Amino acid sequence: MQSINLDYNATTPLRAEVLEAILPYFQLHFGNPSSVHWAGRQAKHGVEEAREQIAAFLHCRPAEVLFTSGGTESNNLALAGVLNATRRKGNHVITTAIEHSSILEPLEALAKEGATVTTLPVSHEGRVSADDLMAALRPETVLVSISLANHEIGTIQPIAALSRIVREREICFHVDAVQAAGKLPLDVNSLGVDLLSLSAHKISGPKGVGALYVRKGTALAPLLHGGSQEREKRAGTENVAAVVGFGVAATLAAQELEAHAAHCCSLTSMLYEGIVQNVPGTVLNSPPQQRLPNTLNIGFSDATGEGLMMGLDLAGIAVSTGSACAAGSLEPSHVLLALGRNTEEAKSALRFSVGKETTEQEIDRVVEVLPQVVERVRKATMKSEK
Amino acid sequence: MKTTVTPNSELRTPNSPRRVLAALSGGVDSAVAAALLVEAGYEVIAISMLLAGNAEGHDGGCCSIDDFQDARRVAEQLDIPYYVLNLKDAFRNKVIDVFTTEYLRGRTPNPCLLCNRDLKFDLLWQRARELDAHSVATGHYARVSYDETDDRYRLLRAVDQRKDQSYFLFTLSQAQLARTLFPVGHLTKDEVREKARALGLRVAEKPESQDICFVPDGNYARFIEQRLTAAQRVQVAAGEIVDQDGQVLGSHDGVHRFTVGQRRGLGLGGLAEPQYVTTIDAERGRVTVGAKSQLMTRGLTANTVSWVEEMPAQEVNATVKIRYRHPAIPSRIVVQAGGRAEVWFQESYPAVTPGQAAVFYDGERVLGGGWIEKAL
Repeated sequence: MQSINLDYNATTPLRAEVLEAILPYFQLHFGNPSSVHWAGRQAKHGVEEAREQIAAFLHCRPAEVLFTSGGTESNNLALAGVLNATRRKGNHVITTAIEHSSILEPLEALAKEGATVTTLPVSHEGRVSADDLMAALRPETVLVSISLANHEIGTIQPIAALSRIVREREICFHVDAVQAAGKLPLDVNSLGVDLLSLSAHKISGPKGVGALYVRKGTALAPLLHGGSQEREKRAGTENVAAVVGFGVAATLAAQELEAHAAHCCSLTSMLYEGIVQNVPGTVLNSPPQQRLPNTLNIGFSDATGEGLMMGLDLAGIAVSTGSACAAGSLEPSHVLLALGRNTEEAKSALRFSVGKETTEQEIDRVVEVLPQVVERVRKATMKSEK
Repeated sequence: MKTTVTPNSELRTPNSPRRVLAALSGGVDSAVAAALLVEAGYEVIAISMLLAGNAEGHDGGCCSIDDFQDARRVAEQLDIPYYVLNLKDAFRNKVIDVFTTEYLRGRTPNPCLLCNRDLKFDLLWQRARELDAHSVATGHYARVSYDETDDRYRLLRAVDQRKDQSYFLFTLSQAQLARTLFPVGHLTKDEVREKARALGLRVAEKPESQDICFVPDGNYARFIEQRLTAAQRVQVAAGEIVDQDGQVLGSHDGVHRFTVGQRRGLGLGGLAEPQYVTTIDAERGRVTVGAKSQLMTRGLTANTVSWVEEMPAQEVNATVKIRYRHPAIPSRIVVQAGGRAEVWFQESYPAVTPGQAAVFYDGERVLGGGWIEKAL
């Protein structure tokens, strides 16, 4: 049975070029980059080259790139790092209701330690309004954190416009670009950000590595202590091989950005058309415009996302719904709830996300299988309402 | 470590009459049940049900994160798909909230019965239909048999009398019984553990969960107190403990802390005879106690009675269990209108507890059962 992956927003397979670039750093150039001798130098070279590649990817200076263990750590570091460094100025943070949990949960923890957090609502398309942001600003606001593109529904925020509001007041502006990377162009100056989070495994790089862009002059308190790595902002021996892989992945992603976006766009349109023509009772949760080219979030009336996901999985098709909890079950997406959907609607959604390796044949197969799965789930749901 | 059963990873075709949804709790019984099905050539899809919110690893409770890890490993060893279903909302509404309100009414609920009746089997059933599975299977110690002459399904006690869980399954309908498998019902617990060891399943030696799955530390009174709304808090206020004549003997901290037949925790010292709770009046916040003789009753009334076997026209002789761990006692069941019944014990019996279930047996067959309203 054919295995089809339509869950690229969860993670991506490693590219061949990345694997090739990584391998020498396990046994040949195995050194610790902090060592002063030949072994250290080889490893350090790999790390610094990758740093330059990420800097080119973001159009920033290499000195402004910090390597972390991934998007979650980058987000945690950005939020706690700014708050802990600017306590005397204030402790108010503004974010949105549809952020990833690696933004919302650290903020919950920081709120318990005394920070105040304002969560901006979003429109039914998932967009933040500049007026709402302006109204939320206070004298004690030190940080605004808004993701460039949403992981669940794909909505793209007007970051440049929002940035103007924030930075004229000298408030720090952090943007989670984890999902946007590789799909939208990233230029820290066009976007107008002070901090930006990236994750390698969303752009065909390895898991376990990410980066945080920190504009020169931004005060940031470290989370991890115990070494002077990353300009004393992130202690710990660097994950050299993964960092090298990240650099290569970013370079390729930048080169192929337009082609990749076009590839995804056409496949997503094909998928959407196929679904709408063959499955009744669907609602588009993703905005029709200004959304990631590869992301399609669709609600299926009278069917549980859980049942649909399981039925598709048994047919070899991987999609996503909601988010996984610690026990391995699915929780309804807080993003859909923030759009104004009710719990039932939030529980009836599937997220399809295509990627580099997705083919038209795969889309055809999904369009063929999905209607039967939906019908079976719907019939089962009806029967149990005695 | 792979088991000796044939992996069925290629058999995932829909419309298969041999596709079964097997519920895994992370314990040895459901693990062996799934393994037996795989051995018998069924196409098994394993699921666990996330019921309570506190999925932290805890001892004694069931279905913690550690339990799901165990279940996942079992599924891997058997090479079958595994999913965790999120039933927290439904469980809270249909089991936990009902559990709380029953105690506030001075009744003693059995949450496992509520779960089986209103949640577990219905939801397992729905998922089974969604996934085109023909049956569901659990690790319960009970048996289903089909009687050709009557064209009826029977629910029977397990072979292992000490483990028999048929008490919890009396609400299953004919339609449900037709599609429910209990693969370990014909084995003893020892045989089940032996089978688990033979298959190399890591859960072979796992101890059984004892307490209510959503109250892992067993302190159900505190669990209830922590969940009360402001309005409900009044209902668990302190009140009086009185004797059969209404004389106040002492005070208590909330009717939810008591069950009929309870002897300990009354805080009444220096009385001639040991005292037992005979009735609980939640409206007046009053707990009545008496000597053991006053606990004895002639029978009980039950409501929401359901029948696995054909409902008798008027009455039937049967043995009845009024609690899970009680023996079945000879009784006469008189059918009444509106899904009710009177159960008359052959000999007086103590501690009929409103809120529990009365399950009717004929030898090893479950006839049906109902919910205890009050003692006669």
